[in-house]
Amino acid sequence: MPAVSQPLTALAAGQSGTVLDVRAEPKRRSRLMELGLVPGTAVELVRFALLGDPVEIKVRGYHLTVPRLEAEQIWVSGPAGD
Amino acid sequence: MRGAAPTVNATGPRYIALTGNPNCGKTTLFNVLTGLRAKVGNYAGVTVERKEGRLLGVPAELNARVLDLPGTYSLSPQSLDEQIARDVLLSRLVELPPPALIVVVVDAFNLQRNLYYATQVIELGHPTVIALNMVDVAEANGHRTDAAKLAVHLGVPVVPVVASSGQGVGDLRRAMAASLQAPQPPGVHRFSKLPEVFLEEAQKIAAMLTWNFHERRAQADGEALLILSDERALASSKQHYPHNIQKAVAVSRQRLEAAGLDWRAAAIEVRYQAVARIQEDVTTELSPPGETWSDRVDRVVTHRVWGTLIFFAVMAVMFQSIFVFARIPMEAMQAGVDWLAGAVGHALPPGDLNSLLADGIVAGVGAVVVFLPQILLLFLFIGFLEDTGYMARAAFLMDRLMSKVGLHGKSFIPMLSSFACAIPGIMATRTIESPRDRLVTILISPLMSCSARLPVYTLLIAACIPARAAFGIPKLLQGLTLFAMYLLGIVMALVMAWVFKQTLLKGEAPLLIMELPPYRRPLLRVVLRHMWDRSKLFIQRAGTVILGINIILWFLAAYPKDTQVDKAFEAKRQELVQKVESLKRSTVKPESASTLQHFNASPSAELAALDRERAGAQLRHSFAGMIGRAIEPAIAPLGFDWKIGIGIIASFAAREVFVSTMSTVYNVGDEGSSESNMKNLALTLRQQTRPDGSPLYTMLLGVTLMVFYVFALQCASTVAIVRRETNSWRWPLIQWLYMGALAWMFAFITYQGGRWLGLQ
Repeated sequence: MPAVSQPLTALAAGQSGTVLDVRAEPKRRSRLMELGLVPGTAVELVRFALLGDPVEIKVRGYHLTVPRLEAEQIWVSGPAGD
Repeated sequence: MRGAAPTVNATGPRYIALTGNPNCGKTTLFNVLTGLRAKVGNYAGVTVERKEGRLLGVPAELNARVLDLPGTYSLSPQSLDEQIARDVLLSRLVELPPPALIVVVVDAFNLQRNLYYATQVIELGHPTVIALNMVDVAEANGHRTDAAKLAVHLGVPVVPVVASSGQGVGDLRRAMAASLQAPQPPGVHRFSKLPEVFLEEAQKIAAMLTWNFHERRAQADGEALLILSDERALASSKQHYPHNIQKAVAVSRQRLEAAGLDWRAAAIEVRYQAVARIQEDVTTELSPPGETWSDRVDRVVTHRVWGTLIFFAVMAVMFQSIFVFARIPMEAMQAGVDWLAGAVGHALPPGDLNSLLADGIVAGVGAVVVFLPQILLLFLFIGFLEDTGYMARAAFLMDRLMSKVGLHGKSFIPMLSSFACAIPGIMATRTIESPRDRLVTILISPLMSCSARLPVYTLLIAACIPARAAFGIPKLLQGLTLFAMYLLGIVMALVMAWVFKQTLLKGEAPLLIMELPPYRRPLLRVVLRHMWDRSKLFIQRAGTVILGINIILWFLAAYPKDTQVDKAFEAKRQELVQKVESLKRSTVKPESASTLQHFNASPSAELAALDRERAGAQLRHSFAGMIGRAIEPAIAPLGFDWKIGIGIIASFAAREVFVSTMSTVYNVGDEGSSESNMKNLALTLRQQTRPDGSPLYTMLLGVTLMVFYVFALQCASTVAIVRRETNSWRWPLIQWLYMGALAWMFAFITYQGGRWLGLQ
């Protein structure tokens, strides 16, 4: 199955994907990567908050909330489904 | 240099730096290691909290102190807190010797991300011990970590602990003592396999660092990697690095880019690859990964509809408890204060000293300390919300609302804390990385109704708002008024945040990345400790600032004395006293007790009225009366008279002073009544009239005065802390002025609007 590249926010709540690229501006990108969002990492979109922002994700076994704007710049393959 | 044992400083204490990711249980471990006797201060020149305590349970001659560093995700700092932690670990602070030992707290349930940071720290080459914390939580969730294997991978001792129960802490103490007695640098020099070209550049920089700073080689290697691969690492310490190093770094980065290497991502990626391998090797999965207990709770608690309802329910319960449950201990304390004031009043001969002690000191401090139950209760709630992990969920829920006005969810925590007191609230803004958002949050936080306003609201509500029940709920109108005051502050805070973001503090949107830690059962002793620490702040203010103000106020209200007026009142008083005595004697028949009371009541009331009149006359002649009258023209359009003016002037030092000032102004509390002072004062307020005979403290006036208190920055401590946090007088001045303008404007609109509508 060819990997389809899409923004993390294109996943539905509960779906997982694999990080392909983080395209945020350098400072934000570094922090996202330091928190474990490096290419090749499995990431689950847990839920959207009220009005769709921020986004709760699960990465490397822990939960993180990321503003929608940044979440849209995290490109993932998938959904891999459960 | 590597491998050389650090020289033991014979005189000064040796520092053990305790570091780790946020939410790894570091502070709980610190409390266990130091036995809750921490010294809290600040790092020189900045406002990051410096917490240290003596390491207990090791030989005293080790003279070891534990330093609790702020929670940190990486050595490339994103906030002032992280920068300080980094500077301590790189021994860049003049105030601290290089750490003799570093203890990295690692959350076993969140191993990969925690190891990312731990490996960065180990690479600095200091003697290091890993405290593998929360092994119980990890195991309960199906992850078993082999500590011995992890120690082999990391090249440093690893001690499994459960900080919350104290399990394994003895072993940790022994490992720490052993390391202090025979320091050993870590066995592993570099964890991740960097591309060759990257290593070459890093070695060039490392050579320059050793030459420039005489650094140990291990630290230079680790540091070179940091400043080469991250803009923040260099940007946050421009003054530290000489120009030649900065230039070399820029050139190296250019060469890496030319070689097609993403220098920002490369080091992070390879480190995560390394820690993922380590984690896989040391962890045994006991059960297939599934939904944790915490995840299931979150399905409801962070749900769009249910979560929001729960949030508002939690807030409502919090307010209701403070207003209803706190009454019981409050009244008991008030009785105690009354008794003390009475005892002091009787024990000493009448005169200035008696008056100072009973009216100035005991009554003044008592009127403030009596609100302690409310404050303790509020901090108990906040402590539980923080320690269970709910606070982060609340921030997640509130983020959208906050971002509408240009703030983010992290601003929610300082704002919520400001309901208790703006001081810890403003201190909590340190977690906000963007300086602009931090400043906006600081500027608006005092608009949240803090606990010091509660005494003012309570008094005015008791005096001006009818206590009748509605819809079967007792005191509904009073409760709603209180709620409205809180709401007013919140709404105005959001409006002002938006205004500041559009004008003075325009800038790019903030980045909110926040961890949602698993729910935890809070430890009662930790919550109580937290509650006590925060309450102490209030007591200290009550004890020092407020006491000082009370004495000054007592002086302002008692002096200068007008001897002529005094004499005239004294003559009238003697006359009345004799009248009462003669009436008592003339009544002979014991069965006519009711007649006796009737006869007694009238001259007694006259006597009391005379005393009040005298106090009023005294006040008019005093310094306080002069100041109050001087500002009367400015506050008359708000419906306030000069006596309220005295209260407002006094409150500019601290809001809660209003209550004790009004006690002094209206001479309440020296009648030896067993009734609570608060009730007395509220009753006295209700009896006050305007010159035309109409009641002064009407519902409209009460609401107007409360609106004034919602907005005005009447707190010397807040001004002082904002000055400290922003490092200039500019921001506290702007804040004081804008809040003062709001207070006057809205009080004017309330009072004049209310009158125009025909309200009383």
